[in-house]
Amino acid sequence: MSPAASIKTAEVRQSETSGELRYVPVGHTFASVTEKIAELVLGRATRQAWFVVLAAGTVLLLMFSAVIVYLLAKGTGIWGINVPVGWCFAITSFVWWIGIGHAGTLISAILVLLHQKWRTSINRIAEAMTIFAVMCAGTFPLLHLGRPWFFFWLLPYPNTMKLWPQFRSALVWDVFAVSTYFSVSLMFWYMGMIPDFATLRDRAVQRRWQVVYGMLAMGWRNSARHWHRYQMAYLLLAGLATPLVISVHSVVSSDFAISLEPGWHETVFPPYFVAGALLSGFAMVIALAIPMRHYYGIEDFISVSHLEVMAKILLATSFFTSYGYFSEQFITWISGETYDKYVYLNILIGFRQYAAVTWITLCCVFIAPQLLWIKRFRRNEKVLFVVSVLVLAGMWMERYLLITTSLSRDFLPSSWGIFQPTVWDILTYVGSLGLFIVTFLLFCRFLPMISMCEMRGLLPGARGHEEGR
Amino acid sequence: MSRKDLATDLAELEQALQGTSGRQYWRSLDELAGTAAFQKLMRREFPQQADVWPDSLSRRHFLTLMGASLALAGLSGCSVKPAPMGKIVPYVQPPREIVAGEPLFFATAQPLPGGAVGLLVESHMGRPTKIEGNPDHPASGGATSIYHQASILTLYDPDRSQTVTYQGRTRAWTEALATLRTGLEKERDNGGAAVRILSEPILSPSLARQRERLLKSLPKAKWHVYEPLLQDARLEAMRLAFGQNLDCHYAFNKADVVLSLDADFLGSEPGNLRWIADFMSRRRIRTPASDSTQASMNRLYCIETEVTCTGAKADHRLAVRVQDIEGLARAIASKLGVSTAGSSGSAGPHEKWVAAVAKDLEAHRGRVLVLAGNRQPVAVHLLAHAINQHLGNVGQTVFYSRPVTEGPSPRIESLRELADDMRQDRVRLLIVLDANPVYSAPADIKFMDALERVPLRVHLGLYQDETARRCHWHLNEAHFLETWGDARAFDGTATLMQPLIEPLYRGRSAIELVAFLATLQETPGEELVRSRWRDHWNQQTRGPKTDDAFDAFWKTSLHDGVVAGTGFPIRNVALENDWQRHLEPQASASGASSRPGDESFELAFAPDPTVFDGSFANNGWLQECPKPSTTLTWDNAALMSPDTARQLGVELGEYAHGGEHGGFKMPVVELKVEDRSVLAPAWIVPGHADHSITVHFGYGRESAGRVGGQRDQKVGFNAYAMRTSSQPWFVPNVRVTKTDRTHLLACTQQHNLMENRDLVRSASLEKFRQKPDFASEPEKQKEIDETRRAPAPLEFYPPLEPPASTPKWGMVIDLTTCVGCKACVVACQAENNIPVVGKQQVAAGREMHWIRVDRYVGGTAEAPAEFHFQPVPCMHCERAPCEYVCPVEATVHSAEGLNDMVYNRCVGTRFCSNNCSYKVRRFNFFHYADFETGSLRLQYNPDVTVRSRGVMEKCSYCVQRIRHAQIDADREERPIADGEVVTACQAACPAGAIAFGDLSNSASEAAKWRSSPLNYALLEELGTRPRTTYLAAVRNPNPELEGG
Amino acid sequence: MKPESNTKPFGLMAEFETVDALFAATRRARLAGYRQMDAYTPYAVEGLAEELGERKTRIPMVVLIGGLVGAGAGFLMQYWSMAVDYPFNAGGRPLNSWPAYVPIAFEMMILVASFSAFLSMLFLNDLPRPHHPLFNVPQFARASQDRFFLCIEATDPLFDAERTLDFLSASESHIGVVEVPIELETAPKEAEASEQQPVTVMS
Repeated sequence: MSPAASIKTAEVRQSETSGELRYVPVGHTFASVTEKIAELVLGRATRQAWFVVLAAGTVLLLMFSAVIVYLLAKGTGIWGINVPVGWCFAITSFVWWIGIGHAGTLISAILVLLHQKWRTSINRIAEAMTIFAVMCAGTFPLLHLGRPWFFFWLLPYPNTMKLWPQFRSALVWDVFAVSTYFSVSLMFWYMGMIPDFATLRDRAVQRRWQVVYGMLAMGWRNSARHWHRYQMAYLLLAGLATPLVISVHSVVSSDFAISLEPGWHETVFPPYFVAGALLSGFAMVIALAIPMRHYYGIEDFISVSHLEVMAKILLATSFFTSYGYFSEQFITWISGETYDKYVYLNILIGFRQYAAVTWITLCCVFIAPQLLWIKRFRRNEKVLFVVSVLVLAGMWMERYLLITTSLSRDFLPSSWGIFQPTVWDILTYVGSLGLFIVTFLLFCRFLPMISMCEMRGLLPGARGHEEGR
Repeated sequence: MSRKDLATDLAELEQALQGTSGRQYWRSLDELAGTAAFQKLMRREFPQQADVWPDSLSRRHFLTLMGASLALAGLSGCSVKPAPMGKIVPYVQPPREIVAGEPLFFATAQPLPGGAVGLLVESHMGRPTKIEGNPDHPASGGATSIYHQASILTLYDPDRSQTVTYQGRTRAWTEALATLRTGLEKERDNGGAAVRILSEPILSPSLARQRERLLKSLPKAKWHVYEPLLQDARLEAMRLAFGQNLDCHYAFNKADVVLSLDADFLGSEPGNLRWIADFMSRRRIRTPASDSTQASMNRLYCIETEVTCTGAKADHRLAVRVQDIEGLARAIASKLGVSTAGSSGSAGPHEKWVAAVAKDLEAHRGRVLVLAGNRQPVAVHLLAHAINQHLGNVGQTVFYSRPVTEGPSPRIESLRELADDMRQDRVRLLIVLDANPVYSAPADIKFMDALERVPLRVHLGLYQDETARRCHWHLNEAHFLETWGDARAFDGTATLMQPLIEPLYRGRSAIELVAFLATLQETPGEELVRSRWRDHWNQQTRGPKTDDAFDAFWKTSLHDGVVAGTGFPIRNVALENDWQRHLEPQASASGASSRPGDESFELAFAPDPTVFDGSFANNGWLQECPKPSTTLTWDNAALMSPDTARQLGVELGEYAHGGEHGGFKMPVVELKVEDRSVLAPAWIVPGHADHSITVHFGYGRESAGRVGGQRDQKVGFNAYAMRTSSQPWFVPNVRVTKTDRTHLLACTQQHNLMENRDLVRSASLEKFRQKPDFASEPEKQKEIDETRRAPAPLEFYPPLEPPASTPKWGMVIDLTTCVGCKACVVACQAENNIPVVGKQQVAAGREMHWIRVDRYVGGTAEAPAEFHFQPVPCMHCERAPCEYVCPVEATVHSAEGLNDMVYNRCVGTRFCSNNCSYKVRRFNFFHYADFETGSLRLQYNPDVTVRSRGVMEKCSYCVQRIRHAQIDADREERPIADGEVVTACQAACPAGAIAFGDLSNSASEAAKWRSSPLNYALLEELGTRPRTTYLAAVRNPNPELEGG
Repeated sequence: MKPESNTKPFGLMAEFETVDALFAATRRARLAGYRQMDAYTPYAVEGLAEELGERKTRIPMVVLIGGLVGAGAGFLMQYWSMAVDYPFNAGGRPLNSWPAYVPIAFEMMILVASFSAFLSMLFLNDLPRPHHPLFNVPQFARASQDRFFLCIEATDPLFDAERTLDFLSASESHIGVVEVPIELETAPKEAEASEQQPVTVMS
């Protein structure tokens, strides 16, 4: 039957069904699940739209590299940064990307521990998104250095200078946190894909794909004994990744929290950053999932019910984050700290551009998600898509504010200054989107975007004997 | 222009030189000067546009191109292979005094309008790199001003004219002199009636001597003198008051009460270095105890228009239009019982103020000092003299002596006369020495048109300036550090100037040129100066007049930097009986109408605080030095009060990248007087007098150089264009209209208020006596209010104390005495190889100064009560916020408590700068340092690293000087003595406002200052434990005026 | 060529349609005393490993050790380089500012623990192993898709080509039983023979 029709029936059925079953694709067998997902990769049915978007992404990516070349040739001076405001777009984008990178591991790790079945439909996508987002994030700390070619001085390696990194600096913590996060996420992602690689290996017709996926599968043969250890290792990884997710953004937040600057010197930052990260992460997953499910006709795997549950999380995290704002403002107000008070006043009714950005941010991050109280909107893709894009934009602006306002209005009025982005600031940020788009599209094309083995495990009859008893 | 082309051209030239040998080589150069290749190259040296990245670094890119232009100074520079001829002498036996790496100091002096200042020039292996003041010199006392500090850059300025030119084409000195010879020989028979010389006021006895010789050989020739900062009123007043031309000297150290009538004696007036020192010697408050300094803290009343350093330091300041000051002066005089014929003046709304001042002056008879500023009309000067005499200050605080300048007195008539002669074709040969009247002459004299009529015009100067471009011949002058010469200080004391380096471009001095004009043969400068002083010595000395004895005298004079006993004797003079007659309003030189309540706008002129009269326009250090009261850089502006701005509808425009720490696109106003008008960007200055608009001279140059402005890329606007000889300093009833054009003004601090933070702490003398701990009080209060601010809880970690043995370096800055002159800023720039970044980068908030002078106004911006200057170098915090955030150990704490920057370890994360509470760190956002320009390379201090791109930098407490002292001390196996280490800013400071030393040694000056109850640390509550602390500002207001 | 290659295969493998059938067969085989056997399923089936006689794995212990080592090494690295190897004064902080060293120690713990989890899994499963006799069986490709297999290996003491074949063939609702050859590539003579194989006995 036509996919459209199948969706209809599927969705009708799902809305009726309750409990975990609503997240199980209806009318699927082991074979059909395998067939459908594997064919997305092995089938040669790449349509035009994919190429169009890839082309667009590539253009951005090329521009990104051009910008980087110019940056290396001239120096960070091409950006708008100056002496009071030594960090801006680069670090903003860094924090933003890292935040996006959080949903992936959260969905795959924490939800595993919580036995949330619905994660199966989106965890692969989310994990991939994590990997690429962290890659984008990683470029910025390198680029923002005055002398990027010496970045490796931040790594502890024996050298002729007989020097080590200065481990009290939050920037060194970043290096460890982000690289750990990247490698663990990558491993987690890959491990999850091993059985699916085996499937692809076994289904592939052409020799070269057999070889490629065979290599990736590492000779996985679905042995029950292997599954046993695999499950255990996967569970442990999930258990380790969970505190990791929390720690990473806490460390990133300490880039600001350990400083003296008014508005940075805040103990609320770590949890507040993590919440913001989850918010932007989930927004990104939704923003990606909605177009994908249509384009690849996998509405039955990523059903509206999936979107709805993510919408709920979006709403919740938006509350966490907003709580961060308000507590910040409140605590400052109650502390009576001269400098902090001035900064926060400046954020609210502030100098030139800042106040405006603040209010836009609040609308995007706090007001917009309020729509999701209404079930109709939670189940309405268009609304959901718009909200999550707004949230993404809002989160970027929030980081921007947080970084600039403090620096531009700190202790000595004599050295107060303003940050104003140059065209290079903007191009650098936009370029990083290109990197993300390209890498993500390649993922969709060459890797199974939904975990087949787990999906099979969800199907009715997957544990028939137990129901039998 | 790519280096490659340059290389080929040079090759071409070298070819032309091949096969020449010995001294022909130099002759062939002269011949060569005519060749096409050379001309091409010389033109190519000054490209109108260059291939630069489109990001505002073009000026710096130009600078890099200049490297080549130096190579042409005597083509030897551009030959890559060993010189083709002659013997090269190896450096086997170095001169005895030179030790590699050890700088030498030579005494000399820099002539500036009003008198020379004695200097000690630091020379590294034969190249002068840094200038200090000469402690033995009366005008310096060891201090320097920004001009002296910056003169070293002028010496190496690649834009300096490097060759003789005839109508723009390069020629040789030989040709130029030949032309002059024939020209003069023609004039000789009629006694040189058609010969004119135009020079600046003559400070050099030797030049005066040559002038006499010249006028002897050409009796009918005329010598004219012109200086842009006209002082006709002062001179006229002298003539009227005393019947002769005199110079006035002040003993500020003896004055209890000082009344300044528009006299910026702490700022732009000549002799200010000495005056600052004397004045501040009465303000060194340390303890509340009524000890001698305490009892006799002086008091300064100031009536002025714009905010000058003097006004900022005044205990009571009155801001009125320049033209209204005469009225107030008359009022004060009449209150004191000095007869003021004509109008007795009216204080208008300031009745109370005037009365109080008069009372205070009266109360301190004989220990009072009244000065009138250059800009004031004759009447005010007369009144100042009269009041001083009336109160018996003459002989106590005021002295008179013969003027330091010799030759004709520098009046505008002198220039007008010359112009008229030229217009009537009475001049066939004009020789301009060092002056630039084409640029700076008052508009009504129309000097340029007149000049064009002279058949042979010769110009001697450092630059191819406006006048040079309109003369047939331009002769490149030698910089004062390159030549023999002499100059008198403001009190007449003469200093012998000795060359620190061979003339870079084989220039000649004015003395040498005039000597040639007189004798038609070349005599080396040294000989001329020597003979002048030989005669002087012959008259003076009692003993045998042997050559050896003279040599001894010569050597000591050179060594000391002063010729003993050349100061002028005091003259006892009394006012002419009929002096009041000249007080009649019509006698006052200006047509100023000072009716009270008159609201018309006035245009006031002033020399620029940094580029002065324009002669320093091409000096990057001075262009980038923020002007004391406005913090503007790279521009002059129409300065106006907030009220006036409101009336004109002027307000802060769209901000540039840096915002208040960068710049604003300011509306341009049109200033119109009669048919003259200029377009000037407006700038709002809290404390400026209402209904008055101040514009600074020195900008809008048409051919100053690539830094100071050229025809196609001017810097600022030319205020001289608005000036007439009848109204040289202020023009009433100027029409001001706001245009819709805007202009970017780059400033380093637009935010004037302290936002209720105790950044600068100040109190009146009374309050200090009652509450000696007022400075440290805020901390105590805060600790009571917010316990978390108390030092104890701040210590999260156990303290890490440095070993007690090492010295604990620290700095204390006295806010009472700092006059905000910025000498420290430029001195630091010279000492530490700090790059010039250009207007666009300053506007982006990226200037590189290691020490900055913050300025705040007390009260509101509309009606400021106080003005504060606060120099801010690195605080060298013991709990430095910058250090623990650096990921690569590029900034660490030394055992001596220095916050060290390790440039070659820095990767440029800028975290340290973000986390610096004082924002004293500076980042090389681009490749600011100039590694290419040969001449500028010569200036670099070899003891200080030149920083490259992407690296953070900041004040190092002049660590190189500390190490130097350390090494000396170690060699002599003794501890470093107090005062042995003097930082560059401290050395330059004329007010002695900076103390630096070992805090662990309680005897050290710094430790003593620090123990004063006035001592406080900036942002102490943050627990950064700064090593740099401040002494709170103490003022001495008149109780009667307090609160009024 | 090894003559015994066709006489001694890797094992015998039964193919099933449902997980229940697999469970049943597995239990039956265990009761019959077979030990050297393994089941192959397209997804992780809970309890199946226990049915096969797997005991608890040692992975958790490995991970714990890895974590402790990571954390310890991480902290010591910082302590040693900051306080021992190159001590210096940074912002007046003590040489051993241990609170500042915690984040990195933590990250190191996670890093090493995670890697030990992943690697120990591979090691214990003795992967990667690109080739395995099971892959000689064409049907086995479906083990990664929709079929369930039970393989009794020749190394089992009770293993006997015929008896085991009969035993498996007797298991209910199986689709078929195949012999799993160790080598696929043999001489053409056996090649024909191998063409008869796998012998499939329909029930």
